[in-house]
Amino acid sequence: MSISSTFHKWGSPRWFYQFSGRLLPWLAGLSLLLLLGGCIWGLAFVPADYKQGNSFRIIYIHVPASAVAMGAYVTMAVAGAIHLIWRMKLAAMVMKAIAPIGASLTFLALLTGAVWGKPTWGTWWVWDARITSVLILFFLYLGIIALHQAFENRDAAAKACAVLAIVGAVNIPIIYWSVEWWYSLHQPASISFTGESTIHPTMLRPLMATLSGMYLFFAWVLLLFTRAEILDRERNTRWVQDIVCGEAR
Amino acid sequence: MPSAGLLSLILAVLQRDVIASLRRGSEWSNPLVFYVMVCALFPLGIGPQPERLAELAPGILWVVALLASLLATDSLFRGDFDDGTLEQMLLTHQSLYPQVLAKTLAHWMMTGLPLSVLSPILGVLLQLPPAGMLPLMASLVLGTMVLSFIGAIGAALTVGLRKGGLLLSLIVLPLYIPVLIFGSSVVKTAIDGGPYMPQLAMLAVFFLVALALSPLAICGALRISVDQ
Repeated sequence: MSISSTFHKWGSPRWFYQFSGRLLPWLAGLSLLLLLGGCIWGLAFVPADYKQGNSFRIIYIHVPASAVAMGAYVTMAVAGAIHLIWRMKLAAMVMKAIAPIGASLTFLALLTGAVWGKPTWGTWWVWDARITSVLILFFLYLGIIALHQAFENRDAAAKACAVLAIVGAVNIPIIYWSVEWWYSLHQPASISFTGESTIHPTMLRPLMATLSGMYLFFAWVLLLFTRAEILDRERNTRWVQDIVCGEAR
Repeated sequence: MPSAGLLSLILAVLQRDVIASLRRGSEWSNPLVFYVMVCALFPLGIGPQPERLAELAPGILWVVALLASLLATDSLFRGDFDDGTLEQMLLTHQSLYPQVLAKTLAHWMMTGLPLSVLSPILGVLLQLPPAGMLPLMASLVLGTMVLSFIGAIGAALTVGLRKGGLLLSLIVLPLYIPVLIFGSSVVKTAIDGGPYMPQLAMLAVFFLVALALSPLAICGALRISVDQ
């Protein structure tokens, strides 16, 4: 199969709807298994940290939520670029679906960070470089949601949000390297794929489980949102009407 | 019509926009009045003690300048959009990039530049130490230019919407934050007697990146707004 026909297949909302339908149960099962399993493992079976005691256990939500919140933004910006360059309708739907998910994950990252900061740093909030840049990420998501809602014309909304998402992507490398550029309260990354991680393996393994679980969870919710968007946009087509009538019967 | 040279095109648009803005008057004077008024609110709100004001002055002057520049940004493409000039700009065979560049620069000359020139007077009102005056002006000259380019992206995205004003601030403010951080830190470092050139150089980097790349985003956004 040539590249262009693969591309056209992926651009077809109908094909994507049917393909993603087969993927959904797998993603749902695996992500819940990894998230719940990783949390139980991390909360009940991992030994307490010698310095932070039990409070460190929030890492099993905080790190996955932050990582996926950032990854979601990159996905959104890439989807926006694909939509602008190749006019792929599906990319616009993916982009619209990501904004609320990403905003929620960013909020979760900020919230768990505050809860973790209170016992370890003695304060809910500091204006540290990484926290500030994640807050900016949250604002960027909110801005994109607000911009999308302001347009009545869907195509214009998608294109405008794509431009904004791409412009806002300058923030991502800043968040990623902020803890190394401005050494402050927030510690640098403990997990490294190239060197040795500075986190003990017994703590790392459940974190890997919740991290991959969170990525799968994001993929799952993203597919659900995108499918809803597809049905809404293609509601005048025959195949959507067939599905809806079939379910109603 | 033969295609004009790049520089003469930029100069022509620049001249047209500056003259139009000068004739309308309120377009360039309103942000200035806003700047003065809001700066005057702070001593009334937080108390007139000189030491406290001096400590807060760099932040206040920068935040209010940012807000004044933001409020002025909404009108950047509005007039041209309403009377159809923008559509003509898109239709001509002149490339859009230099025209957008010139329009944004003209807008900065009528808002950011006067704000920067006026800022030492407000610095005196807010008890800003003399060591901070020149760095304040320099950081505002560079910083408001970056703000104009970022704001122009937002203005281009929202120009076709009826209620663009508040939305514009929602989408543009997160992008303004880095400029504010480096801009006010120039003034703070200068007051403390530290070397402020690194932060000023950072602002210059922001400016050069914005100068080169933001017109691309502005052109794209204008096409979307006019097409819809």
